[in-house]
Amino acid sequence: MEEKNAVSVKNLGVMFHLSEQKVDNLKEYVIRIMKRQMRYKEFWALRDVSFTIKRGERVAILGLNGAGKSTLLKVIAGVLKATEGTVERSGVLVPLLELGAGFDSQYTGAENIYLYGAMLGYSKAFLKEKYDEIVAFSELGDFIHVPLKNYSSGMRARLGFSIATLVEPDILILDEVLSVGDVKFRKKSEKRIKEMFAKGTTVLFVSHNLAQVRSLCTRAVWLENGHVVEDGPVEEVTAHFEKKVAK
Amino acid sequence: MSVFKTFGKYRNLLAELVKKDIKLKYRNSYLGVVWTMLEPLLTMVVLTLVFSKLLGKGTKDFPVYILTGRLLYSFFSNGTKAALKSVRSHAGMIKKVYVPKYMYPIASVLSGYVIFLISLIVLAVVAVARGVYPTVQLLWGIVPLLQILLMTTGVGLLLATMAVFFRDVEYLWGVALMLIMYASAIFYQVGDVMSAGNAWIFKLNPLYAVIVNFRNAVFGQPMDFQAMGYAFGFGAVSMLLGIFVFYKKQDKFILYL
Repeated sequence: MEEKNAVSVKNLGVMFHLSEQKVDNLKEYVIRIMKRQMRYKEFWALRDVSFTIKRGERVAILGLNGAGKSTLLKVIAGVLKATEGTVERSGVLVPLLELGAGFDSQYTGAENIYLYGAMLGYSKAFLKEKYDEIVAFSELGDFIHVPLKNYSSGMRARLGFSIATLVEPDILILDEVLSVGDVKFRKKSEKRIKEMFAKGTTVLFVSHNLAQVRSLCTRAVWLENGHVVEDGPVEEVTAHFEKKVAK
Repeated sequence: MSVFKTFGKYRNLLAELVKKDIKLKYRNSYLGVVWTMLEPLLTMVVLTLVFSKLLGKGTKDFPVYILTGRLLYSFFSNGTKAALKSVRSHAGMIKKVYVPKYMYPIASVLSGYVIFLISLIVLAVVAVARGVYPTVQLLWGIVPLLQILLMTTGVGLLLATMAVFFRDVEYLWGVALMLIMYASAIFYQVGDVMSAGNAWIFKLNPLYAVIVNFRNAVFGQPMDFQAMGYAFGFGAVSMLLGIFVFYKKQDKFILYL
């Protein structure tokens, strides 16, 4: 891979088995094998997707629901494995997919900082050092010592955002997370993300808000039914996309 | 990234997951971690009452005999059950954040092991109270303690993988565990079953092979090296098989969770 590429996706394909009925117990499985009824429908969520993202580029992924956007982000984040093709990344990747997915609701906010931080691969010493900063940014105050089950969804998201954006990533994956918390926190989180942009972070962004896409991104990739329809400068692609959707 | 490098990066996560399991298990209970010792002690009392007082079997050190078997069995039983559920109960995390998936079953076995090691304090106290004093043979005890960890991890990885695809594994394993319990000579003397010509049960049961040597170490008896070899062989095979199956199937987990 060339030095300048942050992400390079080659002939990526992801296939799901859609079994007509979900078989999750042994008895049914054995009966079906014997009757030769294990039929699957193959469903390609992504097929022949290729593109490279250079360091510092900010790319929007456009598409209607079910176009394969989230699948693509999951593959790039490493959560989902490609069925065919390759995905290469270089540098620290921070996925802001669903904030606080690694939280335990019985744990307090403070304990969750260490748990979720560990899940993102941070060391304990580092988390200890940054603990005050996280608590301050999340604005949770005394709530940090309350079990998470008593948090509102906005509070959870604020804590998640504060932990996930702790380090400056080389690649940042954003999935509609710019709408976290209340107006005040949203401004603050946008500011933090813009700071990262200024430092030349590579960004992958999924949003249905085209105005936001235009203001944040330099390039757009338009997906439809798992294929790339168009890949180019953000103004052009969003214009074409809008025209298509308006029909 | 190589396996070791990834493990190094997520070492902290393993520690956090183990800590979480232990902390949450005893949160909201007044006695907290004391339960790790109180619970086996109370079961020992019940079993001793039933089997020595009511059935008129056993000697002064019978409680020690029961406790050694019970502690090892319950670690194996709890550890494998926790590992079995671990991948499915962390489905939310597996779907959203990338971490090496083996962290979940390994962490649940390790947290059970920590609790098990703490509960050994009870054994020490009961042993001394019942006139079973440590000898040099006790040093051998480390071998069965490591063997059972190996076994539980191997079987746990295997079960965790299977449980993702088939929900019934959980119930089947519950029944299997009951069978293993009765075949492990926890609350009866081996001689009673042996004399009925059923020694093969003990020869076959790898958990019994661990228990027998742990008892030998505690009671200052010589080791049964045949049993030790069998336990090690079973542990190694289950571990290799567990790792193999888990690695082979782990990329499919997300599709079934």
